Amino acid sequence: MARLPRHRAPPGRALTVDGPHDELARVVRDHAGHLAASLVHLLGDFSAAEDLVQDAIETALRRWPTEGIPDRPDAWLFTVARNRGLDVLRRQARYREKLAQLQWPSRTEPDDRLRLLFTCCHPALPRQAQIALTLRTVCGLTTAQIAAAFLVPESTVAQRITRAKRKITDAGIPYRIPSDAELPERLEEVLTVVYLLYNEGYLSSTGDVAWSRRLAGDAEWLASSLAWTLPREPEVLGLLALIRLHQARVAARFDAEGHMVLLPDQDRGRWDHAAIVDAGQLINRAAALHRPGPYQLQAAIVACHAEAPRWEDTDWAQIVVLYDMLLAMAPSPVTRLHRAIALRHLAGPEAAMDELDELGDALDRYPLLHATRAELLRALDRPGEAREADRRALDLTANPAQRALLEDRISRP
Amino acid sequence: MKYVLMFAETPQYAEDLAAMGDAERQAAYDDVGRWFADNAARITHHVRLQPAHTATTMRKLDGRADVVDGPFVEGKEIVIGFVEVEVADLDEALAMARSWPACPVIELRPVAP
Repeated sequence: MARLPRHRAPPGRALTVDGPHDELARVVRDHAGHLAASLVHLLGDFSAAEDLVQDAIETALRRWPTEGIPDRPDAWLFTVARNRGLDVLRRQARYREKLAQLQWPSRTEPDDRLRLLFTCCHPALPRQAQIALTLRTVCGLTTAQIAAAFLVPESTVAQRITRAKRKITDAGIPYRIPSDAELPERLEEVLTVVYLLYNEGYLSSTGDVAWSRRLAGDAEWLASSLAWTLPREPEVLGLLALIRLHQARVAARFDAEGHMVLLPDQDRGRWDHAAIVDAGQLINRAAALHRPGPYQLQAAIVACHAEAPRWEDTDWAQIVVLYDMLLAMAPSPVTRLHRAIALRHLAGPEAAMDELDELGDALDRYPLLHATRAELLRALDRPGEAREADRRALDLTANPAQRALLEDRISRP
Repeated sequence: MKYVLMFAETPQYAEDLAAMGDAERQAAYDDVGRWFADNAARITHHVRLQPAHTATTMRKLDGRADVVDGPFVEGKEIVIGFVEVEVADLDEALAMARSWPACPVIELRPVAP
């Protein structure tokens, strides 16, 4: 899976997203996409419109913390963007005229943000640019915030965005919802971006915890916007269910000291059971459309865990069957590894170990393979080899919570 | 917008074509003919090139002009022809490329205004 490279660079003028800033970020996110969509529609120029919105957001982030969030944030952002546009687009008379005529609220269509999303996630753009552009244009993050969230220099993000926007304009990447014939492929691209964004927020603890939370929240918001505009696309519902199920268990993933708590040891009382029920309904709605897909299957697997009252109640047979279906649809060594982990509980550690042996080459640099091997070796009463496998996993991961967990295991007698 | 679709051949594709019987090869050519007919309204110009061994490349550097045998990309993918098309946007050009029935690599690039 493609991961963004991480450099331990200073995050620049990062805004914390705690407390009142959470509210601020949410307000910006609710309106940035609609404003961008209106301006793209009006100017017919994605890049110019996007610059104006970004400028308005930066102004808001400077002024709202002291002046307070205005009663009509959308109108406020629009006015700033329009005034800025009238100023900077002075030489482009046709844009000025259009901007001068624009009234707020403009007529927004429900699929406004969807169009933006399809343009930002166009397959002719490199993946990292798709992610950065989506965060900036659709979720209203600033370049500095994206840089802080991914721990890359701000200039790197700025350059990715500039190049992507130039390609959109010069290569003639359209601003519209793809035709029915193109939709499945293009939707897959959009879902991949949302999924990567969620993974980055969920898995990464190398960055600021608040940032991870923000990314995970933005991904959930994107998935739910998609589900709202495309209610008959089962994979969209599947991805939303998957994200909701993971989010429902977030509170139990770390203990009071910030240590990672693995699934068997999690306090299930702290899970968000309403969200789990809601995700279950999404899975059922998706299933009723009779077009199974990888996100629906992954959601169904996570639901098996989420719906078990106790670890001992987990329906491993069902989970293994779902993994088999997933592998038939989307073969991947990582999925095989997860299936092997489930198989251990159904058929014992030796059966799982046989599976792992076959995956050694493909996943030699994947920390979870070695951490899983270590657990199986402990179960098979081979503690020396187990410790060695844990050490190998430790060498391969930079995630502080995972490292703490592995160090603890290795130091145990 | 005007785009050029550049078609490139891979060694595997060339082998597959060479291994075909006459009737099968004729059917493959017919598919290409049909693609051109289907897209006639969009195609403004098209060129098929002679095979790679006929290519000569000039590289100009520091006032010298070196002439060498062979195509300019030293890869295994060889441009075998191109069409110029008039379409609304990249997605329409990509849709045409998707329906192209022959060689497996296609580069799409807008024509400079």
